[in-house]
Amino acid sequence: MTAATIEKPVDNGVNVEALFGAREALTKSPEAAKFKWRASVKWVNGTHSRTTIDSFYGLGAEQKHKSQFTFDADHPEVFASEDKGATPVELVLAGLASCLTAGVAAVAQARNIQLRSVTASLEAGMDIRGILGADTDVRNGFDGVKVTYHIDADASPDDIKALVAQSQKRSAVYDIITNPTNVTVEVK
Amino acid sequence: MRTAVVVIGAGQSGLAMSWWLAQRSIDHVVLERGEIANTWRTERWDSLRLLTPNWLSRLPGYGYEGDDPDGFRTLPQTVAFLRRYAEVVAAPLRTHTTVTAVRRSAADYEVVTDRGVWRCDAVVIATGAFNRPSVPAVASAIPHSIATLSATQYRNPEQLEPGGVLVVGASASGAQIADEIQRSGRSVTLAVGEHVRVPRTYRGRDILWWMDAAGILDERYDQVDDIIRARNIASFQLAGYPDGRTIDLNSLTAIGVKLVGRLAGVNGEGKAQFSGSLRNVCALADLKMTRLLNSIDEWAAQSGLDRQAAQPQRYAATAVEESPPLLLDLTRGRIKTIVWATGFTPDYSWLHVPVLDAKGNVRHDGGVVSEAPGLYLLGTPFLRRRKSSLIDGVGDDARELSAHLASYLHRRPLQSRFSLQPLDV
Repeated sequence: MTAATIEKPVDNGVNVEALFGAREALTKSPEAAKFKWRASVKWVNGTHSRTTIDSFYGLGAEQKHKSQFTFDADHPEVFASEDKGATPVELVLAGLASCLTAGVAAVAQARNIQLRSVTASLEAGMDIRGILGADTDVRNGFDGVKVTYHIDADASPDDIKALVAQSQKRSAVYDIITNPTNVTVEVK
Repeated sequence: MRTAVVVIGAGQSGLAMSWWLAQRSIDHVVLERGEIANTWRTERWDSLRLLTPNWLSRLPGYGYEGDDPDGFRTLPQTVAFLRRYAEVVAAPLRTHTTVTAVRRSAADYEVVTDRGVWRCDAVVIATGAFNRPSVPAVASAIPHSIATLSATQYRNPEQLEPGGVLVVGASASGAQIADEIQRSGRSVTLAVGEHVRVPRTYRGRDILWWMDAAGILDERYDQVDDIIRARNIASFQLAGYPDGRTIDLNSLTAIGVKLVGRLAGVNGEGKAQFSGSLRNVCALADLKMTRLLNSIDEWAAQSGLDRQAAQPQRYAATAVEESPPLLLDLTRGRIKTIVWATGFTPDYSWLHVPVLDAKGNVRHDGGVVSEAPGLYLLGTPFLRRRKSSLIDGVGDDARELSAHLASYLHRRPLQSRFSLQPLDV
């Protein structure tokens, strides 16, 4: 440990002790580790919809966010829509970006690395002939996602790369995007 | 039948324990379902050689005696080595004796076998951690037109139909099997999850020489940050080839093996789905390898070995194509065979003592099963040290656990007829 870090402990605003404590507690009581994430959506008009998020289930009980969050989604004008919100696929990128970045902060805290700035830009390719049904060989979704991080931190370039690699390893949204998930859609 | 200690399994662990029990004059038997080194004899592929060089097999009271210390044993040589060790130990062996149940009573343990029942004060489980192939749930969704076999059933490429092969898993077994099958003229797709990449030789020495000399193999279970993770780490992506060459994903790509991500599922159309995480698992492995080499270089500098050893070296990052395939149609006849090289799980189905965790592993503290006094575990990954599951590593664990066992027997009411004199260790 250098003199500088003794004077000023690493603080990325992540309570790592609580996270490690939770990991140990949940290893012993795996039932409490089972969470349910929820969202509800209401069609507004055209391609515009509004998703509301306020509650979830976890630690064996119903939980509530401190406030309700709403997300407007729409399609852009080039799709002949009114562009009243981000495109749903962009919200997927937002989820990935936030998840990986939260992971970078948490892993940095656990590894005693002080972050000064973390930014990333994301880009996902998509051939829209898929969603238009113009070519059945083209998939609907992304043909790839590229994430580029710029990180200023008290660490070597390899240690910074390792932060980003470990964050991917532990990321829920990264897993959701890179691996298949069963999706059941019902009408009631 | 009665004895003080029953040791289950006559591989390197059971034999090393027998040597220490004999040193401590503790009456015992070693039960073996087949012959000495049974797993090595019957459950591995033909060309396999040990991943550890010949010299790295220092067992209590025995070690390598040949003239090729840097070579790698074939399986017949490994079996012969352990047979000789059993003679040196003069182990009280009962071969072809399968344990069907171990129970604990208020007074002692009962070990039921197909050749009679033993009662004893202590039991040492030395059956290894690599008993049953661990095949992922997705295996049940593989179309029936495809032949599937586990790494314990695979023997050689000639056993397989001509045509494409999907090898699942890229640790020591999967990488070696992929290499051998690709060289047989069958085109191999290798599904790669998390793996541990290391060069076979580094700075002119075997990588395990460095890890041994620098004390990395001696790291203790109670000194690592996360022992659960350490115990679950995949085997090194290593091979004991006679020419000493390194096997890694780049060497496999160079001979034509196609890399894809971890096998994540098989969809309703019979297409295998691979994870999009290939780039990251390769990045993780490259970064971890560099960290290991950095620590070796630091140790070499501190130990004054810089001049004797070759120059430090860094290796090319694992090459991953721009867009690795995410789907592979298993119904079109391109893939004829799938080989599961997805690891092993121990088999404790005979252990009727409630000491297993939710994952089916024995709960223990460095091999001491505290919940069942007198029960011990030996030879599993990182039991007491990073080297615990190596032939070279089991001796230190056997010494310490036999000392614990001796003092346990000593503290018990005198029901054993044997004089117990624990040695200092």
